Amino acid sequence: MRIENVVCPFCGCLCDDIVVEVEGNRVTAVKKVCSSGRSLFVNAHTGAASPTVDGKEVEWPEAIDAAARILTDSASPLIYGLSSTASEAQRKAIALADLLGASIDSTSSVCHGPTTIGIQSQGEPTCTLGEVKHRADLVIFWGCNPAEAHQRHFARYSVSARGKLTPQGRKDRTVVVVDVRPTRSSRSADIFLQPRPGCDYEVLTALRALLKGETPDITDVGGVGVAQLADLVERMKGCRFGVIFFGMGVTQTGGKYLNITELLALVAELNDHTRFTAMPMRGHGNVAGADCTLTWQTGYPFAINFARGYPQYNPGEFTAVDMLARQEADAALIIASDPVAHFPRQAAQRLSQIPTIVLDPEMNLTAREAKVVLPTAIYGVSAAGTAYRMDNVPLPLKKVVDSPQPTDEQVLDWMIERVKT
Amino acid sequence: MTMSEFILITGRTARQGAALHKGKGSGEYRQATGFVEMSLADMERLGIEEGQLVRVRTAFGEAELELREGDLPEGMIFVPMGPAANALIGVETRGTGMPDSKGLEAEVEPL
Repeated sequence: MRIENVVCPFCGCLCDDIVVEVEGNRVTAVKKVCSSGRSLFVNAHTGAASPTVDGKEVEWPEAIDAAARILTDSASPLIYGLSSTASEAQRKAIALADLLGASIDSTSSVCHGPTTIGIQSQGEPTCTLGEVKHRADLVIFWGCNPAEAHQRHFARYSVSARGKLTPQGRKDRTVVVVDVRPTRSSRSADIFLQPRPGCDYEVLTALRALLKGETPDITDVGGVGVAQLADLVERMKGCRFGVIFFGMGVTQTGGKYLNITELLALVAELNDHTRFTAMPMRGHGNVAGADCTLTWQTGYPFAINFARGYPQYNPGEFTAVDMLARQEADAALIIASDPVAHFPRQAAQRLSQIPTIVLDPEMNLTAREAKVVLPTAIYGVSAAGTAYRMDNVPLPLKKVVDSPQPTDEQVLDWMIERVKT
Repeated sequence: MTMSEFILITGRTARQGAALHKGKGSGEYRQATGFVEMSLADMERLGIEEGQLVRVRTAFGEAELELREGDLPEGMIFVPMGPAANALIGVETRGTGMPDSKGLEAEVEPL
């Protein structure tokens, strides 16, 4: 069976033109997809897996009992992950956090959390990827490497995509990459600016000064020539529609959200001259959905605590790395993410010291250390649901094969019912 | 052997992204995340070659990694995100929730 227009749930591009061929409930071929997306579809488990408690296989009711007991016995439970599950399940996770008085945080906190803090203080001049495809003639990638991390972004949205006002695709666009190292993305750019590590803030400030007509009495800012920056400012002012896509190169370095406020201030000021926008390159398939769902449910996008019976927001306090490293979380529910594989070791180690529950389709590194493991279906492969693309456009994920496993939404519903009783 | 100072960048690669779903116990995942890249100029300066094991150390931890040549500026090393990189990153988030995952001071010691 051939299924067209499948949405790939791997990254924030949510490419919705994938073709999947299925025979006998197995994915046999995936077309138009990138290497990361293909790997997700062809390695998807469709067999049955039992939940486990302390490494022993148990029936679902027993596993849900064990999970609910851990959470109700905990004084300070942490619910974390959410970015590779559907928004329907994210809602349930938030309801459970509310019921427990728990902290809830998404993988945003180690990804574009600083972007969100920057947007809260500066505002976000934004657009959709459709506008980029049809209008953008100056595309800047700052501290991101889509050729490796968002492999079809260039072709579908930003560089070679042909749109109404960009009929010749690549030829109609000037592409700029700003990065501390050459990458596959920078090698395909028209202009490559290479600041020294940690100098993004200075370079952005210099661009703002040049845009205001100032003439800096120096020749070099953070390793980039002022003449090159002046050239870029002229291109920015003169373009029809500009966009800066930005990534971990600006959120994970010193200054964090301050880099983002500076970048967003520059983009806002460019709107005195032309239409200019900015967009974070969101990593996981529904990490943007985690921000959206948390925001419309609680008013805040990540780093939320319900201990007082109402949501409080404080990055650095209720964020997962901090709660684990300071040993403030005494139990954890990890949904659709793998912090043991991706957190600093000292934070990851805490997860093996406290009772941890994992909801995930895969036996990942966190699941191997967890007390309770609840294997679930894969949204976008063996379960349908909603995910938000990196431009916050919600798309319906399809189910292309059947799974004997319940969905995250179903399992969280069982846990909520059990906790209530 | 002498130690040499570098700026460490960690990040995603296409191979790491594809290896994720083959299972994190797989050889492919270990290969996709268990190396450090360095410029040819720095490798020549240190007298070390591709494939050799080196110890990378930061203020927060250390990891033994296979050395590979990378298109990097002198003085910079790159480790893909994964268990090895985690050993090198600290938990201070400066009130943001985000650890310093890029731009860390690191030392490299040939083994």
